[in-house]
Amino acid sequence: MIRLENITKVFNQGTVNENTALRGINLRVKEGDFITIVGSNGAGKTTLFNTISGSFQPTTGDIFFNDKNVTRMPEYKRAQYLGRIFQDPLLGTASNMSLEDNMMICYRKGFKGLKISLNNKMRERFREELKALDMGLESRMEYNVQLFSGGQRQALTLLMTVLSHPDLILLDEHTAALDPKNAALILELTDKFIIDKKLTAMMITHNMSHAIKYGNRILMMHKGEIILDISGEEKKNLTVEGLVKKFYNVKHEELTNDELLMSHE
Amino acid sequence: MKLSGNFFHLLRQAASRNYSLFFIDMFLSERTHVYIIYSKIPADSSACDKIIKDSAMIEGIFVEGLIYGIMVLGVFITFRILDFPDLTVDGSFPLGAAIMASLIISGYNVFFALAAAFMGGVAAGVVTAVIHNRLKVPNLLAGILTMTMLWSVNIRIMGNRANLPLLKNETILTDIVSWTEGIIPSDYTILVFFFLVAMAIKFSMDLFFRTDMGLTLGALGNNEQMVISQGVNINLMKAIGVGLSNGLVAVSGAFAAQYQGFADVGLGTGIVVTGLASVMIGEFIFTSNKIVVLTFRVIIGSIIYKAIMYLGRYYGYHIGLTPNDLKLLAGLLIIACLMIAQGKKRNYFRRWKNDQA
Repeated sequence: MIRLENITKVFNQGTVNENTALRGINLRVKEGDFITIVGSNGAGKTTLFNTISGSFQPTTGDIFFNDKNVTRMPEYKRAQYLGRIFQDPLLGTASNMSLEDNMMICYRKGFKGLKISLNNKMRERFREELKALDMGLESRMEYNVQLFSGGQRQALTLLMTVLSHPDLILLDEHTAALDPKNAALILELTDKFIIDKKLTAMMITHNMSHAIKYGNRILMMHKGEIILDISGEEKKNLTVEGLVKKFYNVKHEELTNDELLMSHE
Repeated sequence: MKLSGNFFHLLRQAASRNYSLFFIDMFLSERTHVYIIYSKIPADSSACDKIIKDSAMIEGIFVEGLIYGIMVLGVFITFRILDFPDLTVDGSFPLGAAIMASLIISGYNVFFALAAAFMGGVAAGVVTAVIHNRLKVPNLLAGILTMTMLWSVNIRIMGNRANLPLLKNETILTDIVSWTEGIIPSDYTILVFFFLVAMAIKFSMDLFFRTDMGLTLGALGNNEQMVISQGVNINLMKAIGVGLSNGLVAVSGAFAAQYQGFADVGLGTGIVVTGLASVMIGEFIFTSNKIVVLTFRVIIGSIIYKAIMYLGRYYGYHIGLTPNDLKLLAGLLIIACLMIAQGKKRNYFRRWKNDQA
C-alpha cells in the first residue's frame, strides 16, 4: 500500500554540516500493519516520518501511496491519505476553539467549503464517539480545548485522526510528553482503535517493551538505515534481550544507547 | 450644533442664523464635520443648545463607530483569527474610498461602486497573501509592501489627484436620506442605516465563521500544522482570509468617503492602529469563544474607541490638545490596553499560584 524505494535524505548538502539522515531506505507497508519503530536518537525515525508525510522531499528515491508516486506531492495534498500525531499534544488541536469545532474541522479531509456541517445531528455523533474515550469529554463539547489536559488533548487528537480514517497513521512518540498513567492510557486506546477499525499505522517509540508489546511488526533503525525488520511469529516471541542480541548480531556493536536500554520496564 | 455641507455653505448657513463664529475647527472628526461654536448664546437657551450639541456628538460617535466598525471587523479577522498582522489595511481603506468616489463621479450605480470597492479590497488582500506565500516574506513586510504600492494606485484611481470631493454627487447616503425624507430626520436615517449595515455584515461574518471553511480559518491562526494535516492548502486559506478582511476594510472606507463627502489618499494613515485599539478595547468587555459574541464585541469596541477620540477632541482643548495629537492619543490608548491586559494576566497567574500553594 505504501512503498518507499531507496529513500535517501541529506541535510545541508555540500556544506561542512552535511548530515545524511536516511541511507537507502526500502520499505513496504501492507494494509493492516501496525509497525513499531525503535532506534536511538539521530537514527532517522522522525526524518523518515517527515519524508513520508511530505514535510520535506527526499534527496533521492520515490514514495508510492497505492502505487501512485507522491514524491513531489505537497504536504497538504498528501495529508488526505495520512493521519499524523506528534509528540507535542498542542500540535493536534486548535486550543482557542471549542472541542466540537475541532472535531468538525478534522471530520473530513480536503478542501473546506461554505457548508455549515456542524449541526445537532453531527454533535450527537461526536458525543457518541467521545464516549469511547471514557474521559467525560462528551459533556464538555462547548469548552475550549486549551482547558483540557495534555492527555485529554492527545486522546482527542487520536480520536479525531481515527475518525477521518486515513490510509496510514504516523504516531511520532505521541505518548512521550505525557505522564506514565496517561501515556499508558493513550497507548491502550491507540492499540484498540487500530485493531478495531483495521487501520494501518507506524509508531515511533523510545520504549523497547512497548515496541515489542504492540503491533505486528517491528523496525529498528540505526544511523539512517533499517537494520532489523521483524514480523509475524518471530515478533510475537520477541523479548527485549532478544532484540538487543539481534542488534549485536547485525551491527557487531554494543547497543550502548542508555536511553534505549533503560526505558524498558 | 452640527451643520453639514461645504465650508462656504456652512458660513452662509451660520450667518443666516445670526451666529457669530467663534471657532471653526476643520480637523474635527477626521474632517467629517465642521463644528461651529458660537459666542452669542442667549442666556436662557444655553442649556437647550448644549443638549443639541451633545446629541449631535453622540450621533456622530455611533455613526462613525459603526462605519469604522466594519473596518475593525476586517482587522479582527487578520489580527485575531488568522494571527496574520496585516498592514495592507492602511492602503485598502483609502482604496475603497477612492474606488467608490471615482465610480460615483463617473456616474456608475452606487451599489455597483460599493461592490467594486469590496472587490478592490479583496484584490489588495490577495496580493499581500501571495507576496507572503510565494516569496516567503514575513507577513508584516508583505503588508507594508502592498500598502506602499496602494498609495500610488489610489492616486491613479482618483485621476492623479490626492483628494476627490463628493459633495455634489448622489451617494448611497443621499439616496437613503431622500427615500425617508419627511418621515425620519436625516441624522437618524443615517444612524439607522449604518446600524443595519454593520449588523448585516456582522451576521454574515458570524455565519461564514460557522461554515467548514470558516472553522478552518479559525484553526489556521492557532495551529497551522493541524490545518495542513487536514489536507487543506494553507496558502489558499490565507489568501481567502486576508482578502476577505481587506474587502471589509475597503467597504468601510467607501462608506467613510460618502459620509464625510470626499475621498482622500491620506484617509488610511493610522487605520491599523485605530482597528487594533478598537479590537483591544472590545476585549476588555467580556470574554467568550463564540463568534457571535466576538464580532459584537468588536463593534462595541469600535464605538467606544470613537467615543474616547471624541472626548479627546472635545475636552482636549482645555489641556491644550489639538486634533493633531489624536494619533498620539490612539497609540497611547493601545499601550494602555496592552498594559492592562498584561496586568490582568499577571494577577491571574498570581491567583493560580496561590491556589497551588
